[in-house]
Amino acid sequence: MSEECLRLEFEVDAENFASAGTASEAVKTRLKKLGIDPRDIRRVAIAMYEGEMNMVIHARGGRAVADVYGDRVEILLSDKGPGIADLDLAMREGYSTASENIRSLGFGAGMGLPNMKRNTDAMRVESVLGVGTDIYMTVKLSARQ
Amino acid sequence: MDRNQVFVTLDADKCKGCITCMKRCPTEAIRVRGGKATVLYERCIACGECVRCCPYYAKKAVYDSIEDISRFKYKVALPPPALYGQFNNLKDVDYILEGLLKIGFDDVYEVSLGAEFVGEALNGMIESKKLLKKPLISAACPAVVELILLKFHDLKDNISGLLTPAEAAAKLAREKAEAETGLDPGEIGVYYISCCPAYVSALEKSRDGGRRLVDGALSVREIYLRLINEMPKIETPKKMRRSGGKGLSWATSGGEAAELFGDGGVCIAADGLENVTDILKQVEDGKLDGVDFIELNACSGGCVGGVLNVENPFIAKAKINALKRDSYLPENREAPLEKPPEFFIQERERELSGAFRIDDDISRAMVKLREISEIRRCLAHLDCGICGAPSCNAFSEDVVLRGQPLHACVRFRLPEFGE
Repeated sequence: MSEECLRLEFEVDAENFASAGTASEAVKTRLKKLGIDPRDIRRVAIAMYEGEMNMVIHARGGRAVADVYGDRVEILLSDKGPGIADLDLAMREGYSTASENIRSLGFGAGMGLPNMKRNTDAMRVESVLGVGTDIYMTVKLSARQ
Repeated sequence: MDRNQVFVTLDADKCKGCITCMKRCPTEAIRVRGGKATVLYERCIACGECVRCCPYYAKKAVYDSIEDISRFKYKVALPPPALYGQFNNLKDVDYILEGLLKIGFDDVYEVSLGAEFVGEALNGMIESKKLLKKPLISAACPAVVELILLKFHDLKDNISGLLTPAEAAAKLAREKAEAETGLDPGEIGVYYISCCPAYVSALEKSRDGGRRLVDGALSVREIYLRLINEMPKIETPKKMRRSGGKGLSWATSGGEAAELFGDGGVCIAADGLENVTDILKQVEDGKLDGVDFIELNACSGGCVGGVLNVENPFIAKAKINALKRDSYLPENREAPLEKPPEFFIQERERELSGAFRIDDDISRAMVKLREISEIRRCLAHLDCGICGAPSCNAFSEDVVLRGQPLHACVRFRLPEFGE
């Protein structure tokens, strides 16, 4: 028997701060309806939101997929942006390539990737310069009371 | 809210089955069935929005009638500060307080005084860093508390553990009445004069030592009509008012937050359920972790916007501001905290509501959510409401979870869909 999985899929709109967060919000709403533990929902929402913002800021949008299993949520954030030149540097808290313009809007504090890592149980980044970035994240779900 | 209790009812003869209330309900709790608005009460937060927007006055808020007070030997009224904003040319709050004695009460205890005490207890908690979680969310609006318990489960521990001003006033009023009259607790009736069904609902279940804190909740609307007959007969009212301008501020959005953090904490005050929901989403996402305190009011403008009031909320606000400013309220004093802060702590543990959960079993929930998504994909996303659900999304859920037939949607009745 194949494992029960529910796929939630979204296009992330480019350079539109007003719509950024739509995918994570939609996932959050559905996870609540499934009765997932609120602490787990918060982790999924934060990881996805940060990823969405990164796609908006760096990659002119992309695709966000959340596969919900009984015991975990697997997230794929995929873009055709510039790619990440130095992944170790990008993972460092406070490191940011954001322009002054973006920072003045309160974004680009250099917490995106570290925040995603902190809120997930596993994270893998596949990035090729000039081709794009795929980020795979897994959030384990607590057993239900 | 207590799911056995209903705080908004329908006059079915007046209901035309228009979709106004269904579209405006903030928790998508209304469906039109058989041409009449029905409520999924497990989702109702008693905010009163449906009562406010019904063009045919078919939706009614439930509250106790003033006749109910005759059950008791000694009757105490708890007037909220929003009541003070309902009258024209009011020179002194004491006219209202004495008016309440004239319409049948034996004593009054101002809710604004309760608010000042709660504010002080809150300040004490903040200073002693006894807070569970930051940001602290005010518990003063019961509709907001219900909304959190219904849809924002992760924020339950952010809600302040203190009594609402009405509950604090009730507890103090009861003590005072018992001490002054020597009567049996059962002979003393304490009545809140409510601006909204949310307070009627919240006070119904609020307890102190197992006993109801408030014996009933009347409406500003009904009391107003009684008061305007009696108040003009008062020449010089007795000095009864104890609370200052601070307590009066709680009638309007921002009044509670204004009195906290003299030393520069970060406060947000938001009103109207759309704004409230947006703020709660941001807290949930950890975007407001730097904020210390959030005051949220379901009604636009704060309690003056409650649906059981008479005056427009913004006019009421101006009138309350005038009362605060006028010379007869010179003290604007801080009421001395007469009780230890523990006196103002909620006794009741708040319970989360699972009303939005699709199924208690996660794999069944996933199967149903997939079915819901598949139906949703076939819809036109006009959110027309003709099917009797507030949105295409809600309709898809109704088909899977509530046995609503697909052909209730006009799209499935078009020829190209055939059978």
